[in-house]
Amino acid sequence: MSDTPRSVFPHRHLLGIAGLSAPDLTALLDLAEAQVEVSRQVEKKKSTLRGRTQINLFFEPSTRTQSSFEIAGKRLGADVMNMSVASSSVKKGETLIDTAATLNAMRPDLIIVRHHAAGAVHLLAQKVDCSVVNAGDGAHEHPTQALLDALTIRRNKGGIAGLTVAICGDIVHSRVARSNMLLLATLGARVRLVAPSTLLPPGIEALGFETFTDMRRGLEGADIVMMLRLQRERMNGSFVPSTKEYFRFYGLDQEKLGYAKPDAFVMHPGPMNRGVEISSEVADGAQSLIREQVEMGVAVRMAVLEALASHLPNR
Amino acid sequence: MTEFAMTPDRPILLTNARLIDPATGREERGSLLVRDGLIADLGNAVAAPDDAQAVNCGGQVLAPGLIDMRAFLGEPGAAHRETLKSAGEAAAAGGVTTIVSMPDTNPVVDDPAIVDFLYRRARDTSIVNVLPAAALTKGLLGVEMAEIGLLREAGAVAFTDGARSVTNAQVMRRALTYARDFDALIVHHVEDPDLVGQGVMNEGEFAARLGLPGIPREAETVMLERDMRLVRLTGGRYHAAMISCADSADIIRAAKKQGLRVTCGVSINNLALNENDIGDYRTFFKLSPPLRHEDDRQAMIAALADGTIDVIVSDHNPQDVETKRLPFAEAEDGAVGLETLLSAGLRLVHADLIPLPRLLQALSSQPAEILGLAAGRLARGAPADLIVFDPDAPYVLDKRDLRSLSKNTPFEEARLEGQVTLTLVAGRIVFDRRPT
Repeated sequence: MSDTPRSVFPHRHLLGIAGLSAPDLTALLDLAEAQVEVSRQVEKKKSTLRGRTQINLFFEPSTRTQSSFEIAGKRLGADVMNMSVASSSVKKGETLIDTAATLNAMRPDLIIVRHHAAGAVHLLAQKVDCSVVNAGDGAHEHPTQALLDALTIRRNKGGIAGLTVAICGDIVHSRVARSNMLLLATLGARVRLVAPSTLLPPGIEALGFETFTDMRRGLEGADIVMMLRLQRERMNGSFVPSTKEYFRFYGLDQEKLGYAKPDAFVMHPGPMNRGVEISSEVADGAQSLIREQVEMGVAVRMAVLEALASHLPNR
Repeated sequence: MTEFAMTPDRPILLTNARLIDPATGREERGSLLVRDGLIADLGNAVAAPDDAQAVNCGGQVLAPGLIDMRAFLGEPGAAHRETLKSAGEAAAAGGVTTIVSMPDTNPVVDDPAIVDFLYRRARDTSIVNVLPAAALTKGLLGVEMAEIGLLREAGAVAFTDGARSVTNAQVMRRALTYARDFDALIVHHVEDPDLVGQGVMNEGEFAARLGLPGIPREAETVMLERDMRLVRLTGGRYHAAMISCADSADIIRAAKKQGLRVTCGVSINNLALNENDIGDYRTFFKLSPPLRHEDDRQAMIAALADGTIDVIVSDHNPQDVETKRLPFAEAEDGAVGLETLLSAGLRLVHADLIPLPRLLQALSSQPAEILGLAAGRLARGAPADLIVFDPDAPYVLDKRDLRSLSKNTPFEEARLEGQVTLTLVAGRIVFDRRPT
């Protein structure tokens, strides 16, 4: 096993799926595929990032993504530091740019950033000398989630091109949806967006995606049904009337899953609201890939960190 | 009410009638056969089965029963003012065979179980059809969307906050957007409460003289203009519950010209009365929207004649002495109207302002079309919800004769022409004024 990263990824940061070509994406997925086995061994440690410092800068709480990046960094040998907003100077009024400058002065090699504002990660990337990975910025992008979803699909369907993928639910507020739409379309899948009109971004049709407001029509013939989380504050009358009504018309249960192809798979980026956007029966059922998505998360993040390693400072 | 001499299952042949079908504008002399709750045949060559019960209409008009898109009924929560039973009897006597009930009840009709309750209650106690409109926002509070999908599945025919306006434009935008997915109809009372302020009657010379705070026309037009922009933005299906002034008619006219999915109604009161009728602070004329200037009334009639206004509603709103026998500004809004809707509308026909078929259109076929009902037309296979009436029969209204539990009519002692002789709902005679 070689620890030398293949310099197949010609970018210094991973800020989004936008701007990545099909070969870029395929290279990352191939690299991730190799990491899956690493995580399944007893000896999970590599030395690609030995001596490197990785800072996880999370302005929004996230258990899943943050721990996934932490494990990925550690398995590659990096020193990983978690900086959560609760214990940081951001709470004391420091601006994003000042925080970036402060961190930069500590000479990290990689910064993983999650921020509640779309575009914040791009702004931060302009102010630091190291590589930056977007771990989710507002409702904009969440590229590693899209990559792990793609890897999961590829492993179960053998490929992405030609598949019909229905992304369902709170599209308008979802960075997962945006990154997935871009990635899947770039790799040749047919992407459908299924949601009540209040949860579809106005103008989205102009981007070339098919939209449906009816689950039956939207799921018909789908190979992959990708459900999105509905945030609690949007459930009670602002965007949809109630969780009861949402589940009745847009929640994925066995009956609605029946509209999709018989061999369709179900995905969810988590954390799930059982009984709101997805039934337990489906989430835990034979067609669910939800558990596998989490496993692929570590592999994909290792791949991303490795790919960026070739662009790290002092190299 | 007379006894139901005929068994409901026996076919009924209505003969010697002046058939007017407002849906097509066709008018002819002839007969109409009712069987199994439906119109089986009509025209001048109707073959009647042997067991048919013949009813001679005596040359009177035979038309579809009226469909009233706006009535406040007392159930649940205010059965002392009106019940589905009393409202049904008033409606049948007035020729109204379908009532759309407003959700302003206690509890509010914002739960599918209450829609269900209304259907069962109406089936058990009302002699006419009652179709519930459900709340657009929870509790009619204008903040959170009601369960439009589930309420529609339960049978709600429209979504409205009843006598209230949704002032938050974001809420209205989202509701229009969401409702579009279910092809649900939004009915909106267009009156900006901030511009209404303390106002209790039309703003202008007459209010100034009475010393009462006025309601500017802009309370209506500002809200209506806003809604037209939101309809254009969202593509929702929208019905302005009632307009009352000339400028509003212009707004609707322009919206229709743009191809927006917009319709509107007018209260019979704004067609038949004006602010001068308030006279000495008569609270039965305190209404929402308020009675306007005579020029506005004329504009409403013109807008009805040219098709800008689609439907006429009774805006039936039963109030009792506790809520009406008060100083004008303190009294509740509203008047009963189910029983006088047709007679008051016929005033316009007798004054040669609109033709009779147009009046009937606005009272039956157009509401049916907006609500997606099979009724409202004289056609084979349509529900046999029918009325027979003499458009010229004169009478003076005595409010003690009203069947409504509340007597707050603005037509007390009015000379009216046109009375319903027979009303059929689903092929059954539910009202019969013929001498026994």
